[in-house]
Amino acid sequence: MKQETIIEVKNLVKKYKDLMAVDNVSFNVKKGQIFAFLGPNGAGKTTTIKMLTTLLKPTSGKIIVNGFDPLNQMLEVRKSFGIVFQDPSLDNELTVYENLEFHGIMYDVPKEIRIKRIDQMLKFVGLWERKDSFVKTFSGGMKRRLEIARGLIHHPKILFLDEPTLGLDPQSRNHLWDYVKKLNKEEEMTVFLTTHYMEEADKVADIIAIMDSGKIIAIGTSKELQKKTKTNSLEKAFLALTGHIIREETGTAKDRAKFQNRMWGGR
Amino acid sequence: MKAIYIMWLRQLKRYWRSRGRMIGSLGQPILFLVALGFGLGAIYAKAGAGNFIQFLAPGVISMTILFSAMFSGIEVIWDRQFGFLKETLVAPVPRFHIMMGKTLGGATISIFQGLIVFIITLIAGFRPNLSYLPLAFLFMFLIAVLFTSLGVAIASQLDDMQAFPIIMNFLIMPIFFLSGAIFPLEGIPKALESVIKFNPLTYGVDGIRGALTNSYYFSFFIDFIVITILALIMLAIGTYMFYRAEA
Repeated sequence: MKQETIIEVKNLVKKYKDLMAVDNVSFNVKKGQIFAFLGPNGAGKTTTIKMLTTLLKPTSGKIIVNGFDPLNQMLEVRKSFGIVFQDPSLDNELTVYENLEFHGIMYDVPKEIRIKRIDQMLKFVGLWERKDSFVKTFSGGMKRRLEIARGLIHHPKILFLDEPTLGLDPQSRNHLWDYVKKLNKEEEMTVFLTTHYMEEADKVADIIAIMDSGKIIAIGTSKELQKKTKTNSLEKAFLALTGHIIREETGTAKDRAKFQNRMWGGR
Repeated sequence: MKAIYIMWLRQLKRYWRSRGRMIGSLGQPILFLVALGFGLGAIYAKAGAGNFIQFLAPGVISMTILFSAMFSGIEVIWDRQFGFLKETLVAPVPRFHIMMGKTLGGATISIFQGLIVFIITLIAGFRPNLSYLPLAFLFMFLIAVLFTSLGVAIASQLDDMQAFPIIMNFLIMPIFFLSGAIFPLEGIPKALESVIKFNPLTYGVDGIRGALTNSYYFSFFIDFIVITILALIMLAIGTYMFYRAEA
């Protein structure tokens, strides 16, 4: 199968004062692939996604996304992808429709197409009837669905999903993955995802990279990983590769501050 | 360009939906107008300087814009806290447009607040010369842009909800008190005068007061040029800050 590379990462490093968040990581994602990042908490998955999506500058290494360099050709890279972040990123004081419209205009989607796509996406995630509700009235699962709809409004070439199914019920989860697969097939959309749910990665992803302590320790199809570890399920392969120790979430100082703020009820 | 518009519109919607903020932020200027205007008015008149409200009103209008503009930076910190800033920063929009969108949104709200206080000063007895009203609006716009961009630029580098108001008060108080907003600059000590001449708000207050009461301390052109240049510099700095900002 002849496929062109759409994401190329070479010797990527992100270093915080005394912490190697991403430690010399290299991988390629082919166009039209569904690529999954698996790893325990604090493995560096989100940090890698942030560097791929221009939100964070790497300490060293090379990245090419859709033929562009996130360091020098930020706008071209940003046009290429849609993203569903791990943490919520909606404006609670706006309505559902206003959030989507904001996104459509920021991504310069022409008006007629924008209106059509917003309708289409709202129906897909089952929020059409709620389009004029304020986001602050929504449950966590509904917000998640809205964020997924938003990430697709500009029909990106690459879709980044950072733990998109966190907090979703099984129905929505299945629905989401079915749709992602459909988009992947019909629109040739490349999907880059991280998840903690092994069965999801197993079902959806073409290639799985297992990350631990900032390094990619194994990469391949689910079958290849099982073969390599002589196990009979992805979950067992994952545990064989990463061990059984429970990880501490070693976020940045920023993340910790945010967490504390949330703990103490800072809205 | 459309990105600037939608960011501006979003901020106005948020403002319009938060009536408490709208009304609450009028308390302070009204307090200053009443306490200083009527409290010191008698002495001011006794000193032979005329009607104090006439002098003070442009200062209170400037103050309203200053406070509202500087504090609108907090929207950026909220956005960071709730994750919405990521959505903005990851969009294919030049950072200059993001800075402009944020600044024009906050500036519009500040001007609106300034206009409400302007109307209140009229009720309190302020009798401006209305023939140069557009010039007064021009200066209101310029100081709104200058101080909103300053607030936004500072906020773009902070992620601490608690620190922002403290830093803002630390900056706003001297900018307000040492600006000629509440006392005339004629006959003050030389040292104080040179400090005041370093303060950008001084030129904004003078511009508004000059337009509304025909009494410039400097002149229209000096006020206009100083504020315009400073506003452009602040917008450039803010753009750079957003260019550097990581989410």
